[in-house]
Amino acid sequence: MRISDIFNLKKINRSQTSGIILLILSALVLFFLNVPDGSYATFKLSRPNDALPLKDLVLSGGPFNTVASMILAFIGVRQFLKGGGRWIALSLGFGFLITIAAFLVWATADKSLNLTGMLQATVVRAVPIALGALAGLLSERVAVINIAIEGMLLAGAFTGALAGSLFGGWGGMISAIIIGGSFGFILATLVITFRMDQIIAGVVINLLVLGLTSYVSSQVFSEYRNLNNAPVFRAIKIPVLSDIPIIGPVIFSQNIFVYGALILVAITTYYLFYTRNGLRARAVGEHPKAADTLGINVIRTRYFHVVLAGAVAGFGGAWFTLGSVGRFDEGMTGGRGFIGLAAMIFGRWHPVGALSAALVFGFADSLQQKLALLNTPIPSEFLAMAPYLATIVVVAGIIGHARPPGAIGKPYQKE
Amino acid sequence: MNTKSNFRKTTADLLMLRQGAYRDAIVLPIIAIATALLIGALIMTATGVDIYTIGRSFAALGHGAFGSINAISETFTAAIPLILAGLGIGLGFRAGLFNIGAEGQIIIGGLLAVIFSFTFSDLPTIVLVTFTLIVGSLAGAAYAGIAGVLRAVTGAHEVILTIMLNLISYRILDYALRQPFIQKDGRSDPISKSVPGNGQLPKLLDWIDPNLRLHVGIFIMVGAVILLWWLIKKSKMGFAIRTNGENSHAALYAGMNPKMVIIGSMALAGGLAGLAGAVQISGVLERASPGFSAGIGFDAIAVALLGRSHPIGILFAGILFGGLEAGGRQMQIDAGVSIDLISIIQALVVVFIAAPLIIRTITPWAFSKNKRTS
Repeated sequence: MRISDIFNLKKINRSQTSGIILLILSALVLFFLNVPDGSYATFKLSRPNDALPLKDLVLSGGPFNTVASMILAFIGVRQFLKGGGRWIALSLGFGFLITIAAFLVWATADKSLNLTGMLQATVVRAVPIALGALAGLLSERVAVINIAIEGMLLAGAFTGALAGSLFGGWGGMISAIIIGGSFGFILATLVITFRMDQIIAGVVINLLVLGLTSYVSSQVFSEYRNLNNAPVFRAIKIPVLSDIPIIGPVIFSQNIFVYGALILVAITTYYLFYTRNGLRARAVGEHPKAADTLGINVIRTRYFHVVLAGAVAGFGGAWFTLGSVGRFDEGMTGGRGFIGLAAMIFGRWHPVGALSAALVFGFADSLQQKLALLNTPIPSEFLAMAPYLATIVVVAGIIGHARPPGAIGKPYQKE
Repeated sequence: MNTKSNFRKTTADLLMLRQGAYRDAIVLPIIAIATALLIGALIMTATGVDIYTIGRSFAALGHGAFGSINAISETFTAAIPLILAGLGIGLGFRAGLFNIGAEGQIIIGGLLAVIFSFTFSDLPTIVLVTFTLIVGSLAGAAYAGIAGVLRAVTGAHEVILTIMLNLISYRILDYALRQPFIQKDGRSDPISKSVPGNGQLPKLLDWIDPNLRLHVGIFIMVGAVILLWWLIKKSKMGFAIRTNGENSHAALYAGMNPKMVIIGSMALAGGLAGLAGAVQISGVLERASPGFSAGIGFDAIAVALLGRSHPIGILFAGILFGGLEAGGRQMQIDAGVSIDLISIIQALVVVFIAAPLIIRTITPWAFSKNKRTS
């Protein structure tokens, strides 16, 4: 047998792959997450002073996880035998949800966990990732690869802190958006006008922003601390809606960045898929020559969207300072831009998909923090790895070759 | 044909450049570096640094990079891992793969190297050091191989895979450094046991001054440059890699196996990054600690880009980055200017070299109007 034959084994289709994944999850739940009978997991659903308090949710661990494992096995077998294309995402999503639920029950057996608080943290942590993914998506839809999201987020965070300290919160946010947009403009100039390799341009902007912000923060902020002391946007409770149990605190009593991210996802979806300009933008990304023939200004469209992407990333960056701690630290974005990039690919270049992926990463982030308090036997590092491993499994096993916009990475030159 | 153009032709031939690329290879980098330094000076002025200090910091930068035997030793010590990892990333570019994962591969390679080294500390030096490096590069190759195999078999995007593998590697390192058989005895902070004395890469210049850190890794690095140059330019595999990078359909119809090319070049890239990690551990750091990779994997991307994925180009780019690194430390000590300025200068150099149109626009007099290739 030739070596190459190994990679050409009879292809198992994607629905069978998802079936296998679900069966593995079922086995994991059954054997590793088994809870002794008689121990109960307590989930707190509301805080003491909520308008409509809910009772704590108390689950009996043993039966719950046995049932969870059975359900997983059932949908796994079903997927393996006859799952249709449409069912893959649904079954997998449902399967992951059940697995996470079983895991939570196992981890909180005989203890209690504030579920609402964790979901709230999930949404908060998903914000910069979702905005980063949105920034990547806006520019990749017009065929400009955006590796520079990380740098743009960092620039936004820095500007938020500096301008926020000088002109107050709103001034900081608007400046962050403008500076983010300027880096978008720099990226656009480099790759569209100077036809520089798009990946190089992105890497370089990341390097440049990291250098600039670290330099200024160690050269200037260390001496003038008042320049790095911005006000923080507080949570705004939306009347009535914020009193709904669970959903209220999770979605309707957050700060302006969370609302902004959710609204931007909605607007971007509408813009890209339901408006004439959105269609034009996508045409430029898929087949610029055809778009040009039809009278769309390819260069201008690309400039506009890359600048827009930068502005969105600048807004997302401001979250790090104005939306959370109020001060800038060197390299404080910590790779969130790259995770945003992954979320964008994971979400298949669709705003809602990107938001969902961002929520998954955000959930894992907040889960890890909570579990450190619960003292589970699994080392926290492995829990921290889980979302990344899950991403690899899903990207490799199910999504496979995600199709980017057709003309991605190619500069356009009018003939 | 006059002597001057003859000289150019010979130089260009030596550097294996396409004809007419002389300006791109020699003139362009010099103007790019000068422009980057000038902008660096402007940035310093903007943050309230006076002219005298700026002059002193540039003097310190030059002196710290190439001004003394110690400076040269430091420059090359910093350049070795950058070049090793950069060669791997460059190879990936040639194959049409964007490997962001060098950082993770360095971590895994370095981590396994240090574990191997203190576990088998009673082996004789030459055996121990050789096997430490082999273990490190195999570990890096295997780790990158995960991404390569998944990319080849399932078509998953290598950027997302390597980003995830980077993030996973940080956690693996954090976890490993807390394990009793790895953690240094009597320490509560996460730090590994040290590489034993006979497991360290021999220092090259300690007969001049025991503080000179340059180690025999430099020969490994030069060997890797030559090997990669041969591999890319002369070997059958290199041809397959380049063809695949230029046009994977053509490669497929020419009977090359794109899947094997992807797996092979990814594993080789990971091997080089893992080797970089192992060399860094056994030549400089002597132990693993959180963040010991210090962003080398990301700087190496810039080095590979700057060297245009050409082994000789990567060699020079790595030396330049190493020099800026070493000089930057001197600059911080002498003039009190933060070393972060160096990343700005590095980024600007890459911009100007990667987008030669900018430099041509700023300094048209340095380039004659006739033929240009790039």
